[in-house]
Amino acid sequence: MNTKKALYNYCLRLADNNLIAGQRLAEWCSNGPILEEDLAMTNFALDYLGQAEFHYNYAAELEGKNRSGDEIAFTRSERQYFNCLLLEQPNGDFAQSMMKIFLYSAFAKLLLGALTHSQDERLAALATKGIKEIKYHFRHSSECIIRFGNGTEESQHRSQFALNEIWPYTADLFEMNDTDQALISLGIAVDLNSLHTSWLLSVNEILNAANLSVIHNQHMYKGGYKGNHTEHLGHLLCEMQYLQRAHPGAIW
Amino acid sequence: MKTPEERLNHFNACIESEVKIEPKDWMPDEYRKTMIRQLSQHAHSEVIGMQPEGNWVLRAPSLRAKKILLAKIQDEGGHGLYLYSAAETLGISRDEMIEQLHSGKAKYSSIFNYPALTWADIGAIGWLVDGAAIVNQISLQRTSYGPYSRAMVRICKEESFHQRQGYEIMTTMMNGTAEQKEMAQDAMNRWWWPSLMMFGPPDNESAHTKQSMQWKIKRESNDVLRQRFIDKTVDQAHFIGLTVPDKNMKFNESTQQYEISPIDWEEFKQVISGNGPCNHKRLSHHIKVHKQGKWVREAALAFSKNQQKNKATLFTN
Ligand SMILES: [Fe+2]
Ligand SMILES: [Fe+2]
Ligand SMILES: [Fe+2]
Repeated sequence: MNTKKALYNYCLRLADNNLIAGQRLAEWCSNGPILEEDLAMTNFALDYLGQAEFHYNYAAELEGKNRSGDEIAFTRSERQYFNCLLLEQPNGDFAQSMMKIFLYSAFAKLLLGALTHSQDERLAALATKGIKEIKYHFRHSSECIIRFGNGTEESQHRSQFALNEIWPYTADLFEMNDTDQALISLGIAVDLNSLHTSWLLSVNEILNAANLSVIHNQHMYKGGYKGNHTEHLGHLLCEMQYLQRAHPGAIW
Repeated sequence: MKTPEERLNHFNACIESEVKIEPKDWMPDEYRKTMIRQLSQHAHSEVIGMQPEGNWVLRAPSLRAKKILLAKIQDEGGHGLYLYSAAETLGISRDEMIEQLHSGKAKYSSIFNYPALTWADIGAIGWLVDGAAIVNQISLQRTSYGPYSRAMVRICKEESFHQRQGYEIMTTMMNGTAEQKEMAQDAMNRWWWPSLMMFGPPDNESAHTKQSMQWKIKRESNDVLRQRFIDKTVDQAHFIGLTVPDKNMKFNESTQQYEISPIDWEEFKQVISGNGPCNHKRLSHHIKVHKQGKWVREAALAFSKNQQKNKATLFTN
């Protein structure tokens, strides 16, 4: 794979992760358990969507086919999305959504931290811009998880169930392919293996504080970065792409 | 200590001389009740209004549009929080207000009982609904209750963004494909009359207006505010090629005002009394979500109690 194509794919992966995260979080709009948390969730959604926009615009430039960032974001098919499986999972209850942000932001915080040193200046600049937001998501979701774990019997139960449901999608976060191989030696992409230990440490610290435990030896699902998704993604795209697909070429 | 008569005189003198009434000031029970009713109704309106717009967040046609809409809805939620706090200064809790919303005792603006059917409705809501709200809220910046007045000053700044963004959606669609134009006009047709009804019944039939005007809670009458909205909005509609769905509307050269056809107040009464297209949906959604979120609120409470207990044992040991 040539560098430019690899960089385009890499950029799409970052963009798709942000977009799918934003779209799922936006589902909490007027559905939150309390107004403050409704606003917190959609605030996170806005952060991710803002980051997505930057990454899609960069991807559009790299592609050089005169497509806009929006066209790339809204008109591809299921197999052309490179987001991780974890983010496309349905929201479930509030505990599951929070668990998703927690596990993902723990990862994204390390990834963006490393990307601030990328040899690609644009990626480095975007990482610097995004990391403050991600750190806040991590802090907020960590506090929530600890509260749930030490709250009522029901919240304890729900957060343990959430962890059981989401954990099998976490190995996928670290799954590398040709794209990574083409960019790591150039100092553009991050070797995801190098993040795994730190991720486990920071995640376990919070889970311990929340009295939650990971079930080991669960089957781990993988394939998001290669475009091998779960069935949920297609439905999310259907809804998200509706207007772009129904009115091709229209300006909004 | 002041006698009851002195207190009332003092209150009236404040109203008379445009001195704001503050939470700790003495006020007549009826004034307090009216203020609670209006503030809670306003707060609930902001929150219920998140639903029709939320209906399009997931389908917004571009990243920019999605961000703008989401940010707008957040603003509305923020207005809700702000107004709930203002109401709490009068001695009612947010929980009580939500209970009253669920029981039907407290109302919210009827406009949100209409459905947001197409993307153009997001434009029409921002432009017409927020546009009507602004006219009302600018007037309320001079309301006599201090916390409400200050809330309005803060909120009006954001509302004018909302209106501009809504108008931008309509403008873009009117410059777009034939289908987009049709959608925009259709949204105009559906939202025009309901947005005129937002100002409430005509002055001669308005139940609360007289006392509210005396107490300077309300500063201008429903009909005056409605006319102001009509005059600024009709020109905006024409400017982008939208037709106002009122064949008999005329411009009166001598008053420089648009004269509209009679409003269908029967529809208004129906929607107010629960028979609008979305009354049941909006309320039952709020109730459902509130119930589903109960465990989250309980967990937060239990957690903070546990924390306090832990602190206490720390000290006794
Ligand atoms: Fe409003
Ligand atoms: Fe508002
Ligand atoms: Fe608004």
